[in-house]
Amino acid sequence: MQNLLVAENIVKNYGKYRALNNVSIEVPKGSIFGLLGPNGAGKTTLIRIINQITMPDEGLVSLDGEKLQPKHIRDIGYLPEERGLYKSMKVGEQALYLAQLKGLTKAQAKERLKYWFDKFEIGGWWNKKIQELSKGMAQKIQFIVTVLHQPKLLIFDEPFSGFDPINANLIKDEILKLREEGATIIFATHRMESVEELCDNIALIHEANKILDGKLIDIKRQYKSNTFEVGLITDKKAEVTQNLKDNFKVTEATFKTINGELKFNIQIDENESANQLISHLTSKGELNHFVEVIPSVNDIFIQTVQNN
Amino acid sequence: MNHLSLITKREYLNKVKNKSFIVMTFVSPIIMVAIFALVAYLTQLNNDKVRVISVLDQSGLFVDEFNDTDKTKYDILTGIELDDAKTIVKESENYGLLYIPKADSIDAIADKIKFYSQDSPSLMVMQNIEDRIEEKARNIKLKDSGLDPAVIDKLNIRINTNLETFEGESTSKLGSGLKLAFGGAAGYLLFMFIIIYGNMIMRSVIEEKTSRIIEIIISSVKPIQLLLGKIFGTSLAGITQFVIWVIIGGILMVGVSAVFGINMSESQMAQQEVLNQVSNNAEMQKEVATLMQEIFNLPLANLVIMFILFFIGGYLLYSSLYAAIGAAVDNETDTQQFMMPIIMPLILAIYVGFFTVIENPHGMVSQVFSYIPFTSPVVMLMRIPFGVPIWQQLVSVFILFGTFYVTVIFAAKIYRVGILMYGKKPTYKELYKWLKY
Repeated sequence: MQNLLVAENIVKNYGKYRALNNVSIEVPKGSIFGLLGPNGAGKTTLIRIINQITMPDEGLVSLDGEKLQPKHIRDIGYLPEERGLYKSMKVGEQALYLAQLKGLTKAQAKERLKYWFDKFEIGGWWNKKIQELSKGMAQKIQFIVTVLHQPKLLIFDEPFSGFDPINANLIKDEILKLREEGATIIFATHRMESVEELCDNIALIHEANKILDGKLIDIKRQYKSNTFEVGLITDKKAEVTQNLKDNFKVTEATFKTINGELKFNIQIDENESANQLISHLTSKGELNHFVEVIPSVNDIFIQTVQNN
Repeated sequence: MNHLSLITKREYLNKVKNKSFIVMTFVSPIIMVAIFALVAYLTQLNNDKVRVISVLDQSGLFVDEFNDTDKTKYDILTGIELDDAKTIVKESENYGLLYIPKADSIDAIADKIKFYSQDSPSLMVMQNIEDRIEEKARNIKLKDSGLDPAVIDKLNIRINTNLETFEGESTSKLGSGLKLAFGGAAGYLLFMFIIIYGNMIMRSVIEEKTSRIIEIIISSVKPIQLLLGKIFGTSLAGITQFVIWVIIGGILMVGVSAVFGINMSESQMAQQEVLNQVSNNAEMQKEVATLMQEIFNLPLANLVIMFILFFIGGYLLYSSLYAAIGAAVDNETDTQQFMMPIIMPLILAIYVGFFTVIENPHGMVSQVFSYIPFTSPVVMLMRIPFGVPIWQQLVSVFILFGTFYVTVIFAAKIYRVGILMYGKKPTYKELYKWLKY
């Protein structure tokens, strides 16, 4: 698959402070890319470099095979973490203005705004001032303005912060639709669980360094520990527990059940199969819970940081 | 449409459509004129009352001098003592009592003249009375010395030096004042404009920061475009406001003068009546004619062109600094510390203009300050009416625009970094570091 965005060996210093240290990422076309890391890791700096708000000290960014240049601003839609609108300006005027700055003509902008305003059922807001809207309402406008010029690349920095669950879902659905229509999307967030289900690829940034990247599914495979969460109904609890401990690496597990099962996390060797474990377990009692433990991005992140 | 004109248009419309801007633009000239009219009206009201001044002239020498005028009536008391006169005047609520005692000589009388009144009498009234007595006393003394006052008057001679340049143009002594007025008005106008609209730009930058729209905008346009668009848009709004003020002010002034005009000329006549007419009319007319000539002789075209150039240059220079300050801070209260270095050269320019340029328009200090870009717009504008060689003006304009170019680059750097910085107020040291980011 071709990459839409490639950043190579990006270095950015603020005075003596190094915000990005040789960070490289590759964002495949049509994918959703998670740029993950705790607060202050350098995510926003990297995004600002992609948006040409700041220039990197070293390194190269290319979009669709071309070195990043001013004309590419039109190909990018950016929803910053710190976002707002002109408070005393009317919604319609403001949306038109921002759309024109992105290179749309007034007529184009009007037409597309009508489409989105109808879609979100906010046509009646056109002549309202931003200061009369609630925060959630203003965020819808910001979202519309971000995607209005149909950019190839969409960048959302902490997109769900401040959205109520209903609007967050609405936005999530729209984002997925945009990907289906061919857009490439970068998510930046420190709440890793929030985008786990959306992302195809991720990069983890920690203290200015990229510590992990790749396809999410590959990373998970790489980090899986052949561990299964098991619930077993048996009368001879002590005996079975001892037996399992003798044969496998067993740790206590906690999950909600209603039958008072024995609960374990059981890790098997790489040359053993899940089936072998299942047949062993069924011989000891009634197996009513068997799930492979898939490491969450959060777990992976913590593990990686600790290993570094 | 390109970004710069889009931004300029938005900034302009945003300012112009703002309610407080509209109110300021249309109401303040009305208020100004209303105050002017009120003052004129009140002054008239004040003068309308006819004063009655009682005069007790025991010497009998001055009685004939006190003829009634429109505003002042004289009540001549005779045959009573001072104490009685005081009581009568106090009860009658007359303006006051002028007491001229009887004495051997004019000098002795002059020493003892007194004016009794409830409140302090107005200076004008006292001047008037003193003038009358002085003239009479002088005439009496002249007569006593055996001189005819008419002859003395004939002997008086007035010298009015006629000024002329080597090129043969007549000039007027009032001309220097006129030049100063032109230059001073131009310099002061620029000074006010920079402060008012510079602040407006600063506030507009702070607004974008606090509303957090800034990052959305600069992901679409370059910060320098936003900076310039802001400066241009706000300046255009300022010029619009200015033009409207001039127009409304002009119309209202004409209207008000039409209503109060007759009365005003009346009061002027009253004043002239009070003052001894020093120069005769022919002389006055000659002076006025020379003055008019003088106005036409001013390098008007030069003045207008240079006014526009220095106005634009000076305004751009300072407003880029204002914008940088706006970007560096989060709210208006934090701006104080950075305002000082901007206001200081402006005030210095005004002081140099009004003191040094008056003293000597082509002196060393005046010249130096008319080259320094931060003071040149004000100081040079004040100097130009006195005649400054074109090459000097051009050098100064060149330095000004050159400095603007450099300043705007620095301002844009601070702006670029500052607009994305939130939190604590930066120090000068940090601002310096931003320049290198």
